[in-house]
Amino acid sequence: MHDSQVAAVAEAAADGIDFDGLRVRADGDEYRVAADGTETTVDEDGLGSVLAEHADYATNWYFWHATAPQAEPRWAYLRWLERSDELSVPERYDALREGVTRSWGQLRITATVDEDGRRRYALRNEEDAGVPDGELTTYEDPQEARSLAKRDDDGKYRPLKTAPTLRTGWRFAGLSAAGLVEAVDYFYPATVANWHREREGELDVDHWRETMERQTGMFGLIKTWDRNEGHEHVDWVAEACCVDSQCVKRREWQYDEETDLDVDGGDGHFPCREPCSVVVSAARKWTKLEAEEPQTYEFELTPSEKEQIEAIIDAVADGETEAIREADVYEGANRYRARFLRAKLFDEDGDLAGVETDRE
Amino acid sequence: MTQALVIAAHGSHLNAESSTPTFDHADTIRATGAFDEVREAFWKEEPHFREALRVVDADEVYLVPLFISEGYFTEQVIPREFRLEEWDPELWDSDGTSATHATLRAEDTGQTVHYCGPVGTHDSMSDVIVRRAESVTGDDDVGDGFGLAVVGHGTERNENSAKAIEYHADRIRESGRFDEVKALFMDEEPEVDDVTDFFESDDVVVVPLFVADGYHTQEDIPEDMGLTDDYRTGWDTPAEVDGHRIWYSGAVGTEPLMADVVLERAADAGADVEGAIERVKAETSGSPATGD
Repeated sequence: MHDSQVAAVAEAAADGIDFDGLRVRADGDEYRVAADGTETTVDEDGLGSVLAEHADYATNWYFWHATAPQAEPRWAYLRWLERSDELSVPERYDALREGVTRSWGQLRITATVDEDGRRRYALRNEEDAGVPDGELTTYEDPQEARSLAKRDDDGKYRPLKTAPTLRTGWRFAGLSAAGLVEAVDYFYPATVANWHREREGELDVDHWRETMERQTGMFGLIKTWDRNEGHEHVDWVAEACCVDSQCVKRREWQYDEETDLDVDGGDGHFPCREPCSVVVSAARKWTKLEAEEPQTYEFELTPSEKEQIEAIIDAVADGETEAIREADVYEGANRYRARFLRAKLFDEDGDLAGVETDRE
Repeated sequence: MTQALVIAAHGSHLNAESSTPTFDHADTIRATGAFDEVREAFWKEEPHFREALRVVDADEVYLVPLFISEGYFTEQVIPREFRLEEWDPELWDSDGTSATHATLRAEDTGQTVHYCGPVGTHDSMSDVIVRRAESVTGDDDVGDGFGLAVVGHGTERNENSAKAIEYHADRIRESGRFDEVKALFMDEEPEVDDVTDFFESDDVVVVPLFVADGYHTQEDIPEDMGLTDDYRTGWDTPAEVDGHRIWYSGAVGTEPLMADVVLERAADAGADVEGAIERVKAETSGSPATGD
């Protein structure tokens, strides 16, 4: 306990403190301090020593009122990180001394406390949970999260910040409370704010219909895809883009206020409140493609060739082409297998089985 | 009363560097401490325009579009996505290059938003174009014996796009600093492909009025002007084309002095940022430091 912390308690006691099991009230020249089932009345000179007996309670009050960001969403989020709604102050401090860890998307966040009650936060990719600190690159400035979030482990650009492709190999070791929420906000922008709104029952969800109705310019044509013939097409969009394998948000938007989609929204910690710009851009392309009329084509394929085409689509859709071993010719989507199929079935114009595409 | 700055930019699903100037200018302004918060927001990236205000604590927000011209994005998309109540383009009372600001309320957060005109049509943008010419030539006095081409997208998408290009070309021409100044376009006459036809000067600086480097500035324009047959192999600066030396600068929006234009926009809308403007100009204008 620092003198400045004692002075802060003394000042706040004038209005009364009742927080996380600590109660302090100024009564004339005396202070009534209650915590842990005991109650003590002391004068101003004795306040420091009685608070020192309940140091964890006192430094906890000080951290949450003088150190932590006071904006409600961030404050609530930091409280959630250390399980303040589940653990009493003594339990929580014991846990924090060891480190309290929670997941947030692909982030692994560990909160610790020092003897003054000051929290420090460590941050890394969940996939690096068991990697020794020395094998990770350590960063200090929360703004570094911007560049860490930009590309995946293969160096590919991540247009969607919440895609489950967050790179590995980095850590933040000693972020302050404000620094932690800043870093989280760069990794997963606005997720803390939306999570908080949801907890408060105030999340403003924009469903598919209203989001598409809002679009103008080059995206205005998406409106024409909804033809009052059900919402199967939107189920396909959600299955393509909005499942846990593609995005760590939990989709809360549906077809419209009355009509849920048939696809599960996922198990993410934080909600997705409207179709994102990636979905909107893809939907514009699908709106055009889905306006085409089906044609009948006739191809001859062996049973294994049909299955191979299915395997190739599966491998591309699941992002597994890279994982197929070079010489694993038992996999339909193996490169040699695909090249053989192309050599056999495509003509010099690239038409499957010599059948031209009918664009009439 | 706390004040925040939100810079609204396009961003990209395909080009990783599209957001770089936005972050760079935000960092420059953040370092001045002029605002309690400085936030970036994007149309194609996150935080999205739609959700940007809810991560800002301040009650008062200066919203500056990092866009080149007044038009579809500044008049329709940004106000709609930021949920600016009662917005009407008439509030800017602009002739296409003269928007300053309008003060509105954000529907979902209740914040007061001073919605500024885009950086691209602010007078100080002319200074950034000139500064870009200084940067690419390495000459703080560049002008004499030089032509300057200001390049824009063209009118196919937005008639104000050409207005912004011509506005700055006219202003720089009137300053008399360069021997010749021309406004050229990618998809209308006069076309940037024929850049050497429009200049008598041996040396021509070409500055594209784009916010970020991308497909147009790093692939189209260099190949169209004949700086290179294949953008992937790069080009010389200057490059010899039809007996002229072409000094191609890349997107003006990557110039550090752009941070000043963002601040000027906020200042015109009432933000108290005079000290920050002085500091940013000193840091980014390329003038030698005192005592140098």
